[in-house]
Amino acid sequence: MDFFGSLLNATPGAVSQGIIWGIMAIGLYITFKIMDIADLSVDGSFATGGAVCVMLIRGGCNPWLAVLVAMCAGGVAGLITALLHTKCEIPAILSGILTQLALYSINLRIMGGRANQPVSVDKYPLLVSQRYVRELSLRNPLPLIILLTAIVIGFMYWFFGTERGCSMRATGDNPNMAKAQGINVKNNIILALVFSNAIVAFSGALIAQFQGSADINMGRGAIVIGLAAVIIGEVFTKKFFKNFALKLLGVSIGAIIYYLVLQVTLQLGLNTNDLKLISATIVAVFLAIPYWKKLASQKAGRKGGRNA
Amino acid sequence: MLEIKNICKTFNKGTVNEKVAINNLSLTLEDGDFVTVIGGNGAGKSTMLNLIAGAFPVDSGSIIANGKDITHLPDFKRASILGRVFQDPMMGTSANMLIEENLALANRRGQKRGLKWGISDAEREDFKKQLAALNLGLEDRLSTKVGLLSGGQRQALTLLMAVLRKPDLLLLDEHTAALDPKTAAKVLEMTDRIVSKHNLTTLMVTHNMKDAIEHGNRLIMMDAGRIVVDIRGEEKKKLTVPYLIDLFSKASGSTEANDAMLLSK
Ligand SMILES: Nc1ncnc2c1ncn2[C@@H]1O[C@H](COP(=O)(O)OP(=O)(O)OP(=O)(O)O)[C@@H](O)[C@H]1O
Ligand SMILES: [Mg+2]
Repeated sequence: MDFFGSLLNATPGAVSQGIIWGIMAIGLYITFKIMDIADLSVDGSFATGGAVCVMLIRGGCNPWLAVLVAMCAGGVAGLITALLHTKCEIPAILSGILTQLALYSINLRIMGGRANQPVSVDKYPLLVSQRYVRELSLRNPLPLIILLTAIVIGFMYWFFGTERGCSMRATGDNPNMAKAQGINVKNNIILALVFSNAIVAFSGALIAQFQGSADINMGRGAIVIGLAAVIIGEVFTKKFFKNFALKLLGVSIGAIIYYLVLQVTLQLGLNTNDLKLISATIVAVFLAIPYWKKLASQKAGRKGGRNA
Repeated sequence: MLEIKNICKTFNKGTVNEKVAINNLSLTLEDGDFVTVIGGNGAGKSTMLNLIAGAFPVDSGSIIANGKDITHLPDFKRASILGRVFQDPMMGTSANMLIEENLALANRRGQKRGLKWGISDAEREDFKKQLAALNLGLEDRLSTKVGLLSGGQRQALTLLMAVLRKPDLLLLDEHTAALDPKTAAKVLEMTDRIVSKHNLTTLMVTHNMKDAIEHGNRLIMMDAGRIVVDIRGEEKKKLTVPYLIDLFSKASGSTEANDAMLLSK
């Protein structure tokens, strides 16, 4: 009973975290799914978002403005990766790793040389804070983060339906065809990376406020969590969610499920030091599920064939 | 319309894999020319088309279209005057996008792509009409993913996309080679219809001598990166397959056994 009690207690926090990380996963969806690029800069740009936002708020900046500036900083990080990739022809994965590495130093500088910078909800008018997740009041972060997720999804749905957005989808799906249709493939890749990392930094800025601090390591493994959300979302919602906006919602749901599963494993007695191990395991399992399913259905098909 | 002057292209220069693909080639196309291109494997046909489209730069020489030097223009900028259909049916369309989305993309070839909605209702009506003219029943499947179509259907769609916005030059690189004979004939017939309807200047690569003779008003034969035979007008109408094979062996100095291998009748 105690197990379920504490699990129930932890659920609102896990759900909120899932929703905010879901925003970062939606950003990752642009590069990973739409553009077919594995962008590893996100681990860095997520922390950049958090660092910029926290430092600005500590400096007395309006939190909304701080979030906006954090997004721009993330966009710049994406731009660097994009330029390394398109103008220097460095493979996308390596470009991302280089940016991620460089961002570690830059993020430390942003945070004034400290690995951690707190931002207390008592002192500053933060947009979201985990302290109020179980409260039934306006301070509860849930309505705001749900609204922000909806805005991000709405924006993406609109953008990828425009002429420019369609040309980006074509670029990711078949660059040959895109070129033959007069689409500037490189420019589209640049735009996608900027756009994606800005959203990732947005999520980082929210997480930093939510947990009350920016940390140099807060983005470590972000790419894995993002992929987990995308893949888990797909596993659970593929059947019903065909529309693009719903697919993005599926990503958000995937992130929530990921955090709930994580919470359960923690409640089972594993400690926070095991978190990365657990994360990697969860992702590996969900990555394997589609393949296992296929194998199983093939086997079933073969048996069925023999009987018939 | 198109003027190619002394272009050269060598792949992997300075390595053991060095390969002269195009060797000082010149070619002038008049408006409305429908040129069929034949030649053995590795003769440089695809490379010539790729150089025109800007897939990679020429080593030397120049390419002039409509009086404008496009030699150093990047590929996506040249696309505004070019329509292309590739040999591989997968190459010319976006499999994960809908038929109507593919057409809408093609309808904006060479234009600025802004934040207007990617497809309009008026376009949908127009696409329906144009698809109906292809006689493949695609007009009722506008919101089907292109990946679900057969190779022939995809190739027909690519052809339609290539001419949706009238190109100054249509480049067809063995665009029926991957199709079964019946479908190939159908797509070829469609090509003829579309080219003559819009009076398009066209370069069509084919391995089929009969097709090369039966279509177009001009025929060029390539060998070792050069144009070795160029026949047009009345003379072309009189061409026969045996005569063409004979020409080919003379031009390339190869044996008959090779011809049979390189070119199908
Ligand atoms: N990207 C490339 N890199 C290196 N070599 C190439 C490249 N493209 C073509 N070649 C070489 O250039 C020569 C001409 O090739 P090309 O594809 O133009 O021939 P083709 O006439 O189209 O032949 P096919 O009938 O087989 O399509 C060949 O020897 C080929 O190996
Ligand atoms: Mg070829």
